Amino acid sequence: MISSDATSDPGKNSLPILPILNNGSTRRTALKGVAVTLGLAAFGKALWPLTTIPENVSVSEFLQQHYKELTEEDKTAVFKRLEEETKQHYGASVSIADQRPIPGVKFAYAINLSKCNGNGKCMEACNKENNHHRGVDQSYIRVLEMSKGSLDLGKGSTTFDHTVPQDDKFYMPVQCQQCDNPPCVTVCPVEATWKEDDGIVVVDYNWCIGCRYCEAACPYHARRFNWEKPELSAEEVNPNQGYLSNRIRPQGTMEKCHFCLHRTREGRQPACLEACPTGARVFGNINDPESDINWVIKNKRVFVLKEELGTQPSFFYFFDS
Amino acid sequence: MTAIRDNPTKVIFHRDLRLDTAARRSGLSLIATATATSCVIGAAVLCVSFFWPQPRDLPMAEMPRVPVLTEMPQHAATQSAPNGYYEVTIHQPDGPPRIDIGLTSMLGEKLNVACSTCHATREPNVVNRATKDLDEFHKGMGFSHGNLSCLACHNPKDYDTLHLADRTPLDFQQVMSLCSQCHGTQRRDYDHGAHGGMTGYWDLSRGPRVRNNCVDCHSPHQPKFPKMNPTFKPRDRFLESHNEVHHD
Repeated sequence: MISSDATSDPGKNSLPILPILNNGSTRRTALKGVAVTLGLAAFGKALWPLTTIPENVSVSEFLQQHYKELTEEDKTAVFKRLEEETKQHYGASVSIADQRPIPGVKFAYAINLSKCNGNGKCMEACNKENNHHRGVDQSYIRVLEMSKGSLDLGKGSTTFDHTVPQDDKFYMPVQCQQCDNPPCVTVCPVEATWKEDDGIVVVDYNWCIGCRYCEAACPYHARRFNWEKPELSAEEVNPNQGYLSNRIRPQGTMEKCHFCLHRTREGRQPACLEACPTGARVFGNINDPESDINWVIKNKRVFVLKEELGTQPSFFYFFDS
Repeated sequence: MTAIRDNPTKVIFHRDLRLDTAARRSGLSLIATATATSCVIGAAVLCVSFFWPQPRDLPMAEMPRVPVLTEMPQHAATQSAPNGYYEVTIHQPDGPPRIDIGLTSMLGEKLNVACSTCHATREPNVVNRATKDLDEFHKGMGFSHGNLSCLACHNPKDYDTLHLADRTPLDFQQVMSLCSQCHGTQRRDYDHGAHGGMTGYWDLSRGPRVRNNCVDCHSPHQPKFPKMNPTFKPRDRFLESHNEVHHD
């Protein structure tokens, strides 16, 4: 209708469609005009996200691919950029590597609750090893003070501040259980977290959108959110870092215990185990029948937390006295 | 609500009318949306392929989803373990203890003596079972280790050594054999890495391990693990109001 009016008497047309249609408007040119307009609008819309990049995020970081789709060259470039950013923001020279699972290895962890006395050295070691926010003394581990005779995690206290152990209490460190059926991975809307071949559930901190679904899904409250940019002095930064593990996490992303994969995938013990003064922690390759962890699982009366949920943790607890 | 219940026909009529209008509206908006969306997608693809920094010559199927570790980490590859495995080292006491006698030499060094310095000239008294029985020396030392007496472990024939239950002399460095005579379950667990702290490598093909000795953690005279004061507390966000929540 509009185009025929315009053809018959352009002077009377109070709403000319487009200036380019002056030499006789037809239905075809009108449609072309609409398409061009919409196309330009769409192009602008497609470019628009680039204008929303926060000031502290570089374009290359914004356009970075998911970890699993990075080529070796990409990784080299990404790690170099992250190292430079750490130097710039924290004044620390660090090296970020890409530790991969050792073929044939499946990690498991066990804690002897008869030995653990709640001294909290594991939390402190975790904080230092994993470049946690010093302002809130963040840690991947939470040591619960529990009443003897109960395994109700909800009634455990993390704020106890007295000499340990108390006679009527036992102490239970809880960290990521590296479930074989991890609810946190299932709920992630962007696949920023996944389970690797050695059983470790990892997070691509640069792919995470910080929606915190995983934090809500985890029955062990093992995931943490970086509410602030981590505060660390240059001397406090642990320079031995991994992309999927202890590099300094950006604000607004989720993080979790990764069994110190930057250490354990090189054969070393996790930092919390080395720090434990009671020797309550046992770590190793569950696939190796001669390993310590294998012996513990076979010979101690181990249990897992919240077994009824079907999460199938790789983290075991036991009492032995 | 009552009107709807009383006259269902009318309600249905109205609902049909609404549906009709809505359908027409949604049809029109669908066409508009479809046009816009196709343009958006087209432009986005154009824009993304133009701005994307990564070469896209590899099809997705051929791109390595998970890179496979092809070589050992640097430090493990460069060091070769003897017969394939690194050693497990157990801390050992330096040797027989030295007793601080509370005097300083002319050079200002603290003076200490071997056990045998005094004990060589004194007859062992088997009646003394614990520090409370002593009337000089070692009186202030705490002792709480079951019903053991001093000479259950200390060798009265040579105070610079210990002895086993069958009276076989034993160097102080070999103290773990002494402890294991009674604490068999702990020794069994220790041998399987389930008792006692350690540092180093879980994988002995990649590096060595260092393990604690019994007496690193347990005083032989008061073996109960001491109480500790936790010094580190993460300040979780949710802990702020924790004290107001009453658990029963």
